[in-house]
Parts: sequence; structure tokens; C-alpha cells
Amino acid sequence: MNNPPTALQDQFVEMPQQKEAATLGMWTFLATEVLFFGAMFMSYITYRTAYPRAFALASHHTILLFGTINTAILLTSSLTMALAVQAAKESNSRWLFRFLVATVLFGVAFLGVKGLEYHQDIADHLWPGPHFKSGLPPEAQIFWVLYWIMTGVHALHVTVGIVLLSIMALMARRQKFSGAYYTPVENSGLYWHFVDVIWIFLYPLLYLIHRYAA
Amino acid sequence: MKTANAPKKMYIRIWIALLALLALTWGLSEVDLGPFNNVAALGISAAKTLLVVLFFMHVRYEPKLTWIFVSAGLIWLLIMVDLTMSDYVTRGNVRPTGQSWRHTGQIDPATPATRSPD
Repeated sequence: MNNPPTALQDQFVEMPQQKEAATLGMWTFLATEVLFFGAMFMSYITYRTAYPRAFALASHHTILLFGTINTAILLTSSLTMALAVQAAKESNSRWLFRFLVATVLFGVAFLGVKGLEYHQDIADHLWPGPHFKSGLPPEAQIFWVLYWIMTGVHALHVTVGIVLLSIMALMARRQKFSGAYYTPVENSGLYWHFVDVIWIFLYPLLYLIHRYAA
Repeated sequence: MKTANAPKKMYIRIWIALLALLALTWGLSEVDLGPFNNVAALGISAAKTLLVVLFFMHVRYEPKLTWIFVSAGLIWLLIMVDLTMSDYVTRGNVRPTGQSWRHTGQIDPATPATRSPD
């Protein structure tokens, strides 16, 4: 009951089994996250099928440069995250700490760019409602509702990831991990990569519709 | 995977591939490919996802049981999308005839069939 987390818990036969159970648990959670975001992607597919032209026109008002920079930032943060887990596996807590801090900083940079973008979107009257930008078909507001909800919920996930990885960085600094035990780092990494994958789909769906016609 | 640096080099190669795919999806979006713009955009997203999931998330090296759990999320998502869209895209194509499924006689569109109390 009071075994330290690094040790084998009572309910497992051996360490590899314990680690496999933790990985399976994390993937089960991620499957629920797939369906959570899946409902929003479903709404997107339904409305885009119904109003393809309005969605294309609405999408031309997203700021492609910010979206592309943010995609590059998140992909790079996934690299530093993978390198952090590798450092943990090699019991290299100095580089584990450095790569975790780098990942957190990329996450903060992502939110910073997103904040600038939100600021400009609002100045551009792209918040749905009575003051919505004129000259667009009314269904364009549906696109922008989905834009705010999907990127908003995604940004929330990035924020949770930043908190999680900051805790991992502090624990790494206190030498809590080694090659024999780094499951929290590994599972936080899975969460971070998952958030990256969501953005990989948001990027073309929100920013790249009919770009050639813009 | 002979030397200690092998996984790190592999991760950096994957990262370069991911950035190349990002440039490709951005570039292709500026070209009119008709319906293939969507195919290209989602195909490239799927390719990026595969790289992240298989290598960064180590699924490639996980036991079969993990593969099943990973696939489960995707499969349920596809079921949701498939069933929802098979409804939405066929609305209006299927008209109720007003006939009871038990009805075997002549179809008279003028008078809706009355269900016999059975």
C-alpha cells in the first residue's frame, strides 16, 4: 500500500507488467480524448458538408502565418518531448530536465502566438454574434463558432500539458526518475504528443480550406 | 539501434520529415487540385499522425495489446463519423411510403395505408 512509486506495487508480478498496465491506462484515457474531440470534428464535418462555400470563405479570414508557425512550434515541442523521454530512459536527469523545460517553453510560445492571433481575430470582428464581420454569409459564423471552441479546448489541453510537464521538470530536478522508473514522464509525453496530433488535424481543417482562392 | 545515439538521430529525422510535410501541406493548399485538396490535406495529416504515434509515442515498439487499445479510439471515431454521415448525406433520398411493412396489396400513393389493428 505504501510502497514508493518507483517500486513494484502489490498487484503486479513484475516491473514490465506494471509499466505495460500504466501505458494501457494512458491509451484508454487518450481514446476517451479522441472521442471528446471527435464530437467537435463530427460537428465540423456535418456543417462543412452542408455549407462548403461559407466554410471556405470564413476560413480565408484565419491568419495562416500564425497557424503555420504554431504547427511548427508544436511539432518541434514533440521532438523535445521524445528526446526528454529518451534522456529519462538513459537515466540522464540533467538532459531530461533541459528537454522538459524546452518542451514547456515551446508550449508557452504556442499559447503566446495563439493569444496574438485571438487578439487580431477579435479586432477583425470574427467573434460570432451581432457584431460579426459583415460581407460574409451567415453560415460563416458556424465556422467561427467551431474555430473558437476547437482551438479554445485545444489551448486548454496545451495549458494542462504545460502544468504537467512543469511538475515533471521539478521532479526530474529532484532526481525522482531513472532508467528503471520514469512512467510519469512517459505518460505525460503521450498526453503532449496527443495534443500535437489534434493540432495536426485542426491546422488544415481551419486554415487551409480553398487557400488558393483566397 | 546499435549505438546510444541511434534513437536521438531517428527522432531528429522524424522531426525533419514532419516539418517537410507541414511545408508540403501548406504549399499544396495554394494550388487548385479540385477535390484532391481535401484528400491531400487529410492524407498529410494522417501521415504526420502516423509518424508521431508510431515513433514519438513508441507504439511501434509496444506489445499487441497496446496496438488494440490505440486502434480502439480510432475505430469508435470512424463508426461515429460513418453512421452520422450516412444519415446526413442521404436525407431526402429516402421517402417514407406510408405503407405498413405488412402491406402486400397494391400501392396507392393517394391514400396512405391504414395500419390494421393487430
